[in-house]
Amino acid sequence: MDIKNIAASGVLLAVGLAFASSALTSLEIGTAFRMGPGYFPLILSGTIVALGLLIGIRAFATDVPFHKHVAPVRAVAFILLAPILFGLTVRGLGFIPAVALTALTAAGATDLRYPVRMIAIAVSITIFCTIVFHYGLGLPVRLLGPWVGA
Amino acid sequence: MDLLNNLALGLGAALTPYNVLFCFIGTLLGTLVGVLPGIGPTATIAMLLPITLSLSPETSLIMLAGIYYGAQYGGSTTAILINLPGESSSAVTAIDGYQMARQGRAGAALATAAISSFIAGTIATVFVAALAPPLTSVALQFGPAEYFSLMVLGLMAAVVLAHGSVLKTIAMIAMGLVFGLVGTDINSGSMRFTMDFSELADGLNFVAVAVGLFGIAEILRNLEATTERSTVVKKVHGLMPIKEDLKAMLAPALRGTALGSALGILPGGGAILAAFASYAVEKKISKSPERFGNGAIEGVAGPEAANNAGAQTSFIPMLTLGVPANPVMALMIGAMIIQGIVPGPQVATSEPALFWGVIVSMWVGNLLLVILNLPLIGVWVRLLTVPYSVLFPAILAFASIGVYSVNSNTFDLYVMAAFGLFGYALSKLDFEPAPMLLGFVLGPLLEEHLRRAMVISHGDPSVFATRPISATLLILAVLVTAIAFVPSIAKKREEVFVEDD
Repeated sequence: MDIKNIAASGVLLAVGLAFASSALTSLEIGTAFRMGPGYFPLILSGTIVALGLLIGIRAFATDVPFHKHVAPVRAVAFILLAPILFGLTVRGLGFIPAVALTALTAAGATDLRYPVRMIAIAVSITIFCTIVFHYGLGLPVRLLGPWVGA
Repeated sequence: MDLLNNLALGLGAALTPYNVLFCFIGTLLGTLVGVLPGIGPTATIAMLLPITLSLSPETSLIMLAGIYYGAQYGGSTTAILINLPGESSSAVTAIDGYQMARQGRAGAALATAAISSFIAGTIATVFVAALAPPLTSVALQFGPAEYFSLMVLGLMAAVVLAHGSVLKTIAMIAMGLVFGLVGTDINSGSMRFTMDFSELADGLNFVAVAVGLFGIAEILRNLEATTERSTVVKKVHGLMPIKEDLKAMLAPALRGTALGSALGILPGGGAILAAFASYAVEKKISKSPERFGNGAIEGVAGPEAANNAGAQTSFIPMLTLGVPANPVMALMIGAMIIQGIVPGPQVATSEPALFWGVIVSMWVGNLLLVILNLPLIGVWVRLLTVPYSVLFPAILAFASIGVYSVNSNTFDLYVMAAFGLFGYALSKLDFEPAPMLLGFVLGPLLEEHLRRAMVISHGDPSVFATRPISATLLILAVLVTAIAFVPSIAKKREEVFVEDD
């Protein structure tokens, strides 16, 4: 068993089957002469599924020791949360609070033990970004949004 | 003297103070981000791309070219100083460059890298300018079948030049292609794979996908290890190269330039190959090959020149055919499309100032690198000592602002986060993100040309084999793919890319 490649095969099968089923159920396939919107996607997703199967079968036949080596779950969660928070707040709170929130969240990904340091990092990034993007590049965005009464 | 006229036109466009300024800012920013360990040129450009979009098309491409050179130089700097190449092409530089740095010759190594890059850049600029017009006229004869075959060749070349398993790379390309098709089908107007998100009607945002796959995934990778890195070299001195060094680097740099210029045109990322090839050549013809791996200056000069020349000539397929040769060019094409310029052979005639301006600005970027960036090396070294815990929140903030600023669309940020997670998972499963990005850009183009070719031929697929240019390209594609499966070459390939990790 080669756990890593079995997982790889699983990813390919999931993506391939999702696209293939969507193409088959909701899109016109057409013919080679007049290709419908589903024709090329079906070829591609078929290829992905086929490769997924091939990699999967080979993975079951070989023996490779598996070592799990991934980033801590909290780090992943905080890093992904940061841009999402930016998206949720940039319109309502405005640019400055949104950047501060994003930087603060990201800074918390490694270590929560030094809040002063985290805040210092977030504040400096916010000041820097406001100068660069608002005053330097003239990004058309409100510095403070309606949620904070501006 | 068309060549001179064209270069003059390009100089006129690239040397306006405004464009020089942005080329410089680009070089500076590119170095700034590129010098961060583990972040290669592709990730750097993806993260800085949004900043350029508020500029005019010409200025923004010139700035992007500057970012590219800066990022490459930044990558060489980290390779030399802390033995951490950002991308495989600078992995070669790390071999002897890092040894030179350990022997107290970091300054010489950095200067060698910059000067040989400059020599290569100067020659390659003329090469690109000479080769672009004839290729453009060939490209104008291309029909849908030829374009389709050319893109297939490019994608197959990308498979061979990618690091990992051949099957996985093909899967990545197919996945990139199909992700590229998300959105409204231009022929029928039907929505494809949008899952009823109206935000996806125009497809997945290219910048969001690129920043997610490269930038965010990269940060996650770097957070795996909690140890702080240590810089070996705290202070760099002796930047002014001595006479012997200059003499020793000239011939390898010229050979590297020739190799890089030729291999760079190949679709699929010939620049990486060129660096490895140049290193092998220098070691082979050297009178004292045992010095290689122990700080041989030729081992820095040759690959750096090859890499840079290849980077420059990889603009040729992008500018003349609108087909990207590597992920960086895919980003450039993405930027052009966002700016409203349809990439292809018509760009040279419809936008001559842009076309030649970009070509000349490569050289300007190089020059700026040598005269402005090299003296700043002290700043970059100090940057290497900034802890990662401060850097990555900043990178994340820039990336978020950047992606949002493209369309002022918050949905793009969620796409970025999703592709960040997906990209990280893929890299953990030994899938490479670069071929996927290439596929993502080419997906819609490939489908459109396939459909058109089939309509013209009334559904007869033999059209790809009967038209001579198309047939030649497809035969090349088959040969290239076969190469990847030949056992002896497959083994070589593993050896070549083994230095990556």
